[in-house]
Amino acid sequence: MEQNFIRKLIFDEKTRALLIQTLVIGIFAVLIYLVTKQTAYNLEKRGIGTGFEFLNIAAGYDISISLIPYDSNDTHLRAYFVGLLNTLMIAVCGCFLATIMGFLVGIIRLSSNWLFRNIAYVYVEFTRNVPVLLQIILYYTILLHLPKVKQSIIIFDSFYLSNRGLFSPAPIFKDGFSVVIGSLIVMIIFTFFLKKFLKKKQELTGKQYPIFLINSALIIFIPIIFYYLMGMPLEFDHPVMKGFNFKGGMVIRPEFLGMLFGLSIYTAAFISETVRSGIISVSKCQREAAQAIGLKANFIMRLIIIPQALRVIIPPLTSQYLNLTKNSSLGIAIGYADLVHGFGGISLNQTGKAIEIMLIVMSTYLTISLTISFFMNLYNKAVQFKGNI
Amino acid sequence: MEQVIQLEKVNKWFDDFHVLKDIDLTVTKGQKIVVCGPSGSGKSTMIRCINRLEAHQKGQIVVHGTELTNDLKNIDMIRKNVGMVFQQFNLFPHLSVIDNITLAPIWVKKLPKKEADNIAMTYLEKVKIPEQAQKYPGQLSGGQQQRVAIARSLAMNPDIMLFDEPTSALDPEMIKEVLDVMIQLAEEGMTMLVVTHEMGFAKTVADQMIFMDEGRIVEQASPDEFFNNPKSDRTKLFLSQILNH
Repeated sequence: MEQNFIRKLIFDEKTRALLIQTLVIGIFAVLIYLVTKQTAYNLEKRGIGTGFEFLNIAAGYDISISLIPYDSNDTHLRAYFVGLLNTLMIAVCGCFLATIMGFLVGIIRLSSNWLFRNIAYVYVEFTRNVPVLLQIILYYTILLHLPKVKQSIIIFDSFYLSNRGLFSPAPIFKDGFSVVIGSLIVMIIFTFFLKKFLKKKQELTGKQYPIFLINSALIIFIPIIFYYLMGMPLEFDHPVMKGFNFKGGMVIRPEFLGMLFGLSIYTAAFISETVRSGIISVSKCQREAAQAIGLKANFIMRLIIIPQALRVIIPPLTSQYLNLTKNSSLGIAIGYADLVHGFGGISLNQTGKAIEIMLIVMSTYLTISLTISFFMNLYNKAVQFKGNI
Repeated sequence: MEQVIQLEKVNKWFDDFHVLKDIDLTVTKGQKIVVCGPSGSGKSTMIRCINRLEAHQKGQIVVHGTELTNDLKNIDMIRKNVGMVFQQFNLFPHLSVIDNITLAPIWVKKLPKKEADNIAMTYLEKVKIPEQAQKYPGQLSGGQQQRVAIARSLAMNPDIMLFDEPTSALDPEMIKEVLDVMIQLAEEGMTMLVVTHEMGFAKTVADQMIFMDEGRIVEQASPDEFFNNPKSDRTKLFLSQILNH
């Protein structure tokens, strides 16, 4: 009986798998326990307390770029949120720009035009084979070597590009502008229903409508009409040279621009390869079958190629978004005030709460990444094939 | 008889490879022509030239009185009237069976969805799988997929059907269900150009047999003459290999 049990433990596939898993979990739990205990002992010995009270004391340092009001008297917690917002800002802008550039370059690389195709090829091979940190530093250095403020490069009489960043007019919204914004929102909702309505109408009558064109026109022109009806309720605060710097307007700092160029140009190279492989993955036979039933080239692209290419593009595209978001922590190299630079750097040095701060910063990145993954996976599920192909 | 397809001295090259050599062929309305020959003989390329999936470089191809050139309007018009069935079915895996069939009626013929759905169901019943309408290609057997592909072509109401080895990728048991549909189609008077090695099917259906080798039409004859009294040695050799096992 007992021998039988031991025999089963070793040779029965299921029981053995269970035994091994139990052992692994057990060893892992013991390791965690030992590490935690040792760390707590070390901290106590050096007289470093643990806890999160430090979040409520004044940070005592300035942050150059902030989306919310902040000064050095504010708490470490507020500094954390400033950094988090800056991280999110660069991640969102970077992903947006990288996606547009990546799709364009990916399509150009499949173009029949020799010159365009090869320019795209050189761009991809150059950017994806040089470390992104070097590229960020390169763009930042170029931005820092722009002319001094007094010799700013003036673009369209209202933008001033100098080594302190891009100074541009700041919009001032006056009474009535909310009506323009309102009309824009109403139009976006309206076109959503209009699209459904026109699709339904096509199903009923067979007539095809240029839905995208109609909707774009509505979204662009209706708010413009309201803008003039309301007496142009938008003014700009132009930056004016005062002493050694500009006053008024708003400024996009070279740290942000350097990060934006570095991250998006680098990531776009990878995205373009993803897009290219996605389009190539749709077999030539699919195009032929679509041609044989009489579909025109633009419909073949829209109804056959793109839906199938997306299935291949989405998972690696998710990885690229995650990469870009995490690479934004390289901002510390050029002083872009992201989460790692401010909270994860200066706050950590000042308070000495290395473990707590690293835990917070790491779980923040984890949360952002998992959120991106979650939504991309939802989208991915929607574009997968049914059945086994 | 009304001539629907004319090929005159058609030549085609894939780079240096001369794949079609002076092909002459006339198809009249309602005719069923079976094309056979060893692989690489240019059979598939020939019928792919007829709806311009391949472009020929010399000679003339006229379908329904319209010559095939680079003119996109003419190509579109001809493709609307010429259906094609492929060896690998080439269904659209991201669309359900019924959406595969209604795609062209909706986007090319601009029919209302309901009407297109009705047409699709009619043809699905014709190929005997109306119950599979809501499934996806990946959920069907090979024979069922090929029958959907036939229905998809028929939904555009073509008057010529091209078949490019429609049963070569199928299990023996499924070949019959596809051939049955094709025989039914032939009986209804469809003009058919079929590349196949199913000689039983050829004997039942064909008005004309064509044997191709190395880019040329070597022999063109009625099935009776073709099988019982082939003229060229190449045809005899081919037939002996394909029939004797």
